[in-house]
Amino acid sequence: MTTVVSPLPARSISFGPSAMRAVEALVIPLGALVASAILFSVFLLALGKSPATFFSLIWTGGFGSSFSIQNTLQRSAPLVLTGLAFAIPARIGLTIIGAEGGLVLGGFSAAAVAIPLVTNGWSPVLTMPIMALAAMAAGAVWIGLAGWLRHYRGVNETISSLLLTYIAIAIMNFFVEGALRDPASANKPSTMPIGDAYRVGAIPGTSVHWGLAAGILLAVLLYVLMTRTTFGFAARMTGGNVRAAQAQGLPVGPLVVACCAIAGACAGLAGYFEVAAVHGQANASLVAGYGFTGILVAFLARQNPLAVVPVAIMFGALAASGGLIQRRMGMPDATVLVLQGIIFVVLLVSETFYGRIPFLQARTTGDRT
Amino acid sequence: MSGGELFIVLIAMLGGAIRVSTPFMFVALGECLTEKSGRINLGLEGNLVLGAMVAYAGSYSTGSPWLGVLMAGCSGLVLGAMHGYICKLPKVNDIAVGIAFMSFGTGLAFFFGKPYIQPTAPRLEAIHLADWSGDPLVAQALQVNPLFFVGIALAAFMAWAFRNTRWGLIVRMTGDSAASAKAMGVSVDLVRLLATSAGGFLAGVGGAFLSLYYPGSWNEGLSSGQGLMAVALVIFARWDPIRCIFAALLFGAAGAIGPALQSVGISQGYYFFNAAPYILTLFIMIASARSKSAAREVPGELSIVK
Repeated sequence: MTTVVSPLPARSISFGPSAMRAVEALVIPLGALVASAILFSVFLLALGKSPATFFSLIWTGGFGSSFSIQNTLQRSAPLVLTGLAFAIPARIGLTIIGAEGGLVLGGFSAAAVAIPLVTNGWSPVLTMPIMALAAMAAGAVWIGLAGWLRHYRGVNETISSLLLTYIAIAIMNFFVEGALRDPASANKPSTMPIGDAYRVGAIPGTSVHWGLAAGILLAVLLYVLMTRTTFGFAARMTGGNVRAAQAQGLPVGPLVVACCAIAGACAGLAGYFEVAAVHGQANASLVAGYGFTGILVAFLARQNPLAVVPVAIMFGALAASGGLIQRRMGMPDATVLVLQGIIFVVLLVSETFYGRIPFLQARTTGDRT
Repeated sequence: MSGGELFIVLIAMLGGAIRVSTPFMFVALGECLTEKSGRINLGLEGNLVLGAMVAYAGSYSTGSPWLGVLMAGCSGLVLGAMHGYICKLPKVNDIAVGIAFMSFGTGLAFFFGKPYIQPTAPRLEAIHLADWSGDPLVAQALQVNPLFFVGIALAAFMAWAFRNTRWGLIVRMTGDSAASAKAMGVSVDLVRLLATSAGGFLAGVGGAFLSLYYPGSWNEGLSSGQGLMAVALVIFARWDPIRCIFAALLFGAAGAIGPALQSVGISQGYYFFNAAPYILTLFIMIASARSKSAAREVPGELSIVK
């Protein structure tokens, strides 16, 4: 992604420009959201549907009751993790769109290592961390591979990570339909269920599984890693200008691979929670598009790990209200996809306004002189 | 595997290559044109899916599959023009816009395509090239859709036009150096807008082939990344329309391995063979990245290979 590096003011770090940049980073995405809502309303009106009903149903379905809030949070858990999986490599200048592959392979690996451990009656205290680690390792290797190919072989990471996604889905299908298939899963080939004792439960007092807590924790940790540590500084510097980073003697290659591996571990962990908390086994349900929505989440959050959390919750609400919209308005479930597509396009168009809105710029130029 | 079975597999792969390669061919030719002008459009996957839906809907409602093909092309043209327009805005990343259009096009196709999953629309007819051979397998393998030949003719035309026409020169110059194009008084943005729109049109036609010929119906899992693989294919073909055809045939053959082996009773690892085109694409990308000839032939303004 193009990181906008504005020239440092001549005086010591002043409050004005950076605060203005923060305002800009808030105002422009919000403006893009409003513009998308208006465009989508036009789309709905053209189809003879009421935008007011649509947006109120989104509110009801996403936040209207304690049940819908929990449903929203449940769905935002994987989106936090896949959002991070896009945001971290983006910081080092890579456009990795293969979080779906990391998620699928991670979930599958968790289910696969669980099979011998569960049948031998290992204790859940040991088995569950092993499953989570297997998922994160599988994801890390998968996306790390895309980063490695990018840096050491010059293969475009956007295309390679998407190809790796399709390969990951094929690997899962190959085992789920063959060697690891549970004979009891008649219509929908799946691996053996991991059993209730090995499943991740809900956060006490809610029906939301621990994946959300893990996602928020990781978001905070990665925020600290990217903004407060040498590693993060080196990564961001590489993202700003690879040649300059190399000239400074930074280990660009290992940094790239590490950022991609972190991303993959996040995606793999999302897969672990899908298996261990939601489905209880690995099957085609893992291919649910969370990896792709995560791209949009990260874009709207402007690749800021902390901002990923609220944005993911917003998209979780959108996903949670999909069924309600389908029933009440007689619209297909792909309605949410259209809205997401519009948001995505408008959001990218809004990139052009950074540094060009007069009333947000006045102070910056004043300081520079 | 006996000799007879090998023959069956090879014939099935040949037939598969001809059948499966057409959408690759159209997207790749469209992408080739766009990339020659110095811009990349990763969103052609969206054009492909939307084109497939529009073609099916068009054929269903008008009764003419060829009208459906035209409508699919036009839907791709609109998406391509939008992509072209947005990319010329300052500070906008063309790769990101491509990803956005991938999801926007797919979303629109799924939204409007719901009612067309069930009904049957008139489909494109094949040309029977080998009914004289007397061998039903050969005859079946050589049922070729007219769009296949349109694609080949188009590739030949594009190769000729890039080399010998004023327009071809303008597109190549814009792709190699925007500065020199500007110096010659060419509007870089306009050339790229037109090239991206035309590329979008071709990708839409490629989508029409998917729903109107092979696999021949509209459903949501119709294209799994073929649009994106075609982008990789263009890099492999090193921005040469003729080589795009051969690369498309190669991808088609790779995609046909699984079904071909299944036809002789080897069904083990079917899902693994399904992944063959993706694995092949990845290996081709690894092999062709950083190759000296690719570096020589790449349009100078292209961001993806830098």
